[in-house]
Amino acid sequence: MSNAVSVLGGKVAEGPVAVRDAGLRGMITLRGDLSDQKLQEVCTKLTGATFPAKGQVTSAGENGICWMSPDELLLLVSYGAVGEALEEIGKALSGTHHLAANVSDARGMMTVAGADARDVVAKLTPVDLHPDSFGVGELRRTRLGQVAAAFWMSDETTFNVICFRSVAQYTFDLLATSALAGPVDYLSQA
Amino acid sequence: MSTRLSKGGRLIDRTKPLSFSFNGKQMRGYAGDTLASALLANGQTLVGRSFKYHRARGIVASGAEEPNALVNLGEGAKLEPNQRTTTTPLFDGLKAASQNHWPTLEFDVGAINTLLSRFLPAGFYYKMFIHPRPLWKHVYEPFIRKSAGLGKAPTEKDTDTYEHYNAHVDVLIIGGGIAGLSAALAAGQAGARVLLLEQTPVWGGRAAVDMPEIEGKPATEWISDTVAALRGLPTVTMRTSCMGAGVYDHGYVLAYEHLHEGGKQGPRHRLWRIRANQIVTATGAIERPLSFAANDLPGVMLASAVRDYVVNYGVSPGDRTVIVTNNDDAYRTALVLHKSGLTVPMVVDARADPDGPLVRKVCEAGIAVRTGMGIAKVKGLRDVVGVALCSMEGEGAVLEELPCECVAMSGGWSPIVHLWSHCGGKLNWDAEQAMFRPDPNRPPTGADGKGFVITAGTANGHLFTSDVLTDGFTAGAGAAAQAGAKGKAGDAPEGFDEAQEPIQPVWMMPYGAKHKLRAKAWLDYQNDVKVSDVQLAAQEGFESVEHAKRYTTLGMATDQGKLSNINGLAVLSNALGSDIPDVGTTTFRPPYTPISLGSIAGAAKDDLFQPIRKTPIYDWQAANGADFEPVGYWRRPYAFPRREETVHEAVHREVKNTRENVGLLDASTLGKLIVSGPDAGKFLDMMYTNMMSSLPVGKCRYGLMCSENGFLMDDGVVARINEDTWLCHTTSGGADHIHGWMEDWLQCEWWDWKVYVANVTEQYAQVAVVGPKARKVLEALGGMDVSKEALPFMQWADGTLGGIKVRVYRISFSGELSYEIAVDASQGQAFWDALMAAGESHGIMPYGTEALHIMRAEKGFIMIGDETDGTVIPQDLNLNWALSKKKDDYLGKRAHGRSHMDNPDRWKLVGLETLDGSVLPDGAYGIADGTNANGQVNTQGRVTSTYHSPTLGRGIAMGLVHNGPDRMGDVISFTNTHGDPIKAKIVSPVFYDPDGEKQNV
Repeated sequence: MSNAVSVLGGKVAEGPVAVRDAGLRGMITLRGDLSDQKLQEVCTKLTGATFPAKGQVTSAGENGICWMSPDELLLLVSYGAVGEALEEIGKALSGTHHLAANVSDARGMMTVAGADARDVVAKLTPVDLHPDSFGVGELRRTRLGQVAAAFWMSDETTFNVICFRSVAQYTFDLLATSALAGPVDYLSQA
Repeated sequence: MSTRLSKGGRLIDRTKPLSFSFNGKQMRGYAGDTLASALLANGQTLVGRSFKYHRARGIVASGAEEPNALVNLGEGAKLEPNQRTTTTPLFDGLKAASQNHWPTLEFDVGAINTLLSRFLPAGFYYKMFIHPRPLWKHVYEPFIRKSAGLGKAPTEKDTDTYEHYNAHVDVLIIGGGIAGLSAALAAGQAGARVLLLEQTPVWGGRAAVDMPEIEGKPATEWISDTVAALRGLPTVTMRTSCMGAGVYDHGYVLAYEHLHEGGKQGPRHRLWRIRANQIVTATGAIERPLSFAANDLPGVMLASAVRDYVVNYGVSPGDRTVIVTNNDDAYRTALVLHKSGLTVPMVVDARADPDGPLVRKVCEAGIAVRTGMGIAKVKGLRDVVGVALCSMEGEGAVLEELPCECVAMSGGWSPIVHLWSHCGGKLNWDAEQAMFRPDPNRPPTGADGKGFVITAGTANGHLFTSDVLTDGFTAGAGAAAQAGAKGKAGDAPEGFDEAQEPIQPVWMMPYGAKHKLRAKAWLDYQNDVKVSDVQLAAQEGFESVEHAKRYTTLGMATDQGKLSNINGLAVLSNALGSDIPDVGTTTFRPPYTPISLGSIAGAAKDDLFQPIRKTPIYDWQAANGADFEPVGYWRRPYAFPRREETVHEAVHREVKNTRENVGLLDASTLGKLIVSGPDAGKFLDMMYTNMMSSLPVGKCRYGLMCSENGFLMDDGVVARINEDTWLCHTTSGGADHIHGWMEDWLQCEWWDWKVYVANVTEQYAQVAVVGPKARKVLEALGGMDVSKEALPFMQWADGTLGGIKVRVYRISFSGELSYEIAVDASQGQAFWDALMAAGESHGIMPYGTEALHIMRAEKGFIMIGDETDGTVIPQDLNLNWALSKKKDDYLGKRAHGRSHMDNPDRWKLVGLETLDGSVLPDGAYGIADGTNANGQVNTQGRVTSTYHSPTLGRGIAMGLVHNGPDRMGDVISFTNTHGDPIKAKIVSPVFYDPDGEKQNV
């Protein structure tokens, strides 16, 4: 849809660690029995990603599946594909207790990329970001500064961050400020 | 006078001169100096004034324990008071000013207090200012407050930046002396993830000055080799200028890193928030002063500090230094001074017959050693000119006088147990070494009941190098193993230093010092607490060390008694005739030394001070003159004042326009929870007081939620989406709470019910189109039938408007024809723009929360938070119709049956109309006859909402009044803080369109 705009409107804070608006992304909250075969199948079919284990994220290009809690997933698809995906989930899980809701517009999404990305994020979150403890494929629901956020690494130097739409500006500015403040030379040395 | 030596100074770089100023006087130092060493190098021995008597104060110590040499550092936006010169690295252009004097440091009028000191004993303020009582508040307190405080409070905003950093480690080692290095070596070699912190800019601690032998090498060589070896260990990280500030539960530690002081780019301080599996505190020890008369004169210093200044900074504390001690360690100072070509006229030793290797070395160097002697008093006014000696066993009769410029004193060493003790580590009194040391059997314990702090080296009471190294290594290896490291730590390094003879505890010099001397023997330099003050406190019954501390202010200054506490409690225990361990220590509280407020705030300043929640239409609102108000963390427009219009006028225009034409409200902040599943109807029947399971698909129903105690908690309109799914609107502030509330019941109580909840509040921008012309605006946009027939009141429908996918709810909080329209948030602004354009010819205007409030009050609609305050039940608000009688149960039902709930005497909701048409004050109380037991006027009600109604042209209010609904037409008086009570008539709370015709068209 032409008049849909991401909350950050393409904002970029360049630097050795750059913070960038990741634009609109289709996101579906799916609650249900995660061990259910039909549920797993529809998720993998819609995203092309494998089904994640506890605390993990799997991806296929822009698509992905985030494990959010013992009975909740966040499916990532393209923004325009959400309507169809919801229909497919409804069909596949008809008669199975579940809840699927479009939350694409309820979120802000951004990337934090650069050699010191781990250190920049570690300024703001209590998560152990040491490479031995957190790496590509893992997802954390936690906080950044004073707001709730979730993040995962798509490669060794890039974080994908999701926050609530209403605080996207705060989250972006917080990450950009922390990036601008420079390296800590702690995790990047690890 | 102190000065710079022609050579020496292992930490300074004489090729890099720096200039700085003190009280406007230009001075020079070198890179590597601390501000304290640079001041001494410039002959500045007088650096401040004490708090109470304004006595001249000089530099006593060389580290974090310094009580005197605190300065106002920087100017304007960079000003910071109470900065410790001994831990402040010198930088070019540094500006420092001394504190607590007037008019000048050299001539301070307040110093008269020292002459009045007999009249200002311990507890003086308590005794003097308690009577007469009223004078305290109006005379004494303002006066004392004016003279309080050492430094200047900054008046400008801090322009520096700060940040936090989170780190997780297996083993955190605090202290980079040889014990800490040894511990890091062990833990690092064992493969643990180690973080080693040192508060000063250099590694090695005291050993780098005192130079024991380690692994057959001079200490400094071993230190640099070890630092290099640690850098080579992949799991070890090391930080200098980073102080372990506090140890908290679960291995949480705060550390405070100084990054720069010279106004460079980037954060000035970094606060580390460390989660450690195991913590090793290798924090060393602090040398104790000796309590002799005039021991507070500038030029009287700790013996260890004197040799620090000589060895580290090439600074002479004075040509002639008399050393006074009760232990062998201070003899090292004599040797260092002697080697530097300075004169040591005498070592005065309180012990009768010292004969250790260090003592012998000093004698061999030809330095006079006088035993069994002490200092009766130090001579001089603003600096030391000499000492008068006496016998330790006497009362202080002067036997001999010696001229000198410096007195180096040592009363023994106190392990730094602060970090061990912060979280509950216990101490033992070691009588032989005269010190409190950690009891390894009583460490601070974690959730598993096991200790998570290990103390090591001198901090653990080991005073000899070989013990320190072994202890550090064992602690590091043990911590690593405890944290699960599997590797081999290896062997502990071996060290050697001279044997020493036992210390002889000296808490007062001489032992029998007469009152005149005790009254001049300082314990707490900063707060002016003397031996005589503590003795007086004991005499007056302050037996607890915590009471004596507060009565005398001992240890309450910004240095928190690092030098004074042990001496003070020893004096107290002597005065009480009890043993030192029975008196005990005061509580050790974090931080170890003060940390900057900026570091605590971190990045949370200016726009990042607090997250502000913004709706998709926020930017438009800001650009169109919105006057915002906080609603929870949201910012919502209160009104949209136009040019030349007051906010009040704008509110009235918005109400009138909405009642007459059409208004737009951004209602995006309303909570929106999807509740879905086979048991969702049953669940909502429990959540809401009224029936939700019976709501037909496509319809909306207003519902109330109570807490399990029966109090009204939230309200909102519920829409049934399909057979299994409801959408619950909550209040703007209640969305997250109600979401959590629902999850709480589902996860903890009714975990077998098949219900899922999703909070989709932020998925939608929700816009209320309100007013008689609302339908015309939507019809102009086109796309779906919004007629009365197709979409009746209290129903909803999906469709498109202006090409945008919408869900339209026909609900009204204003009493007007009203549509609340939800669109995907990413299209919220586009939809708002389309409405503004389509409504232009109908006089559309946005309105804010105040117009919303007025319109709902005109209709008698309650507002959670106005009519409710956590004590109000639905019955109070005449909402009995919403309490289902068909349901067996709902949250709050049983509570409503309690006698105080089911009680005819509760205050109930009514409308209130002032007789003169004025607006009642918000929160005003209805006045009843008589007074209560406290002599206060009785009350019979209170105002919950009050506004000027532009529609009715008069004040309207709602309130809770005793038996209110039965008293229609009665007139009662309400309190008025600005004048006479205001009379108001009890009326129906529905002031406007009582039959609800306007919303149902």
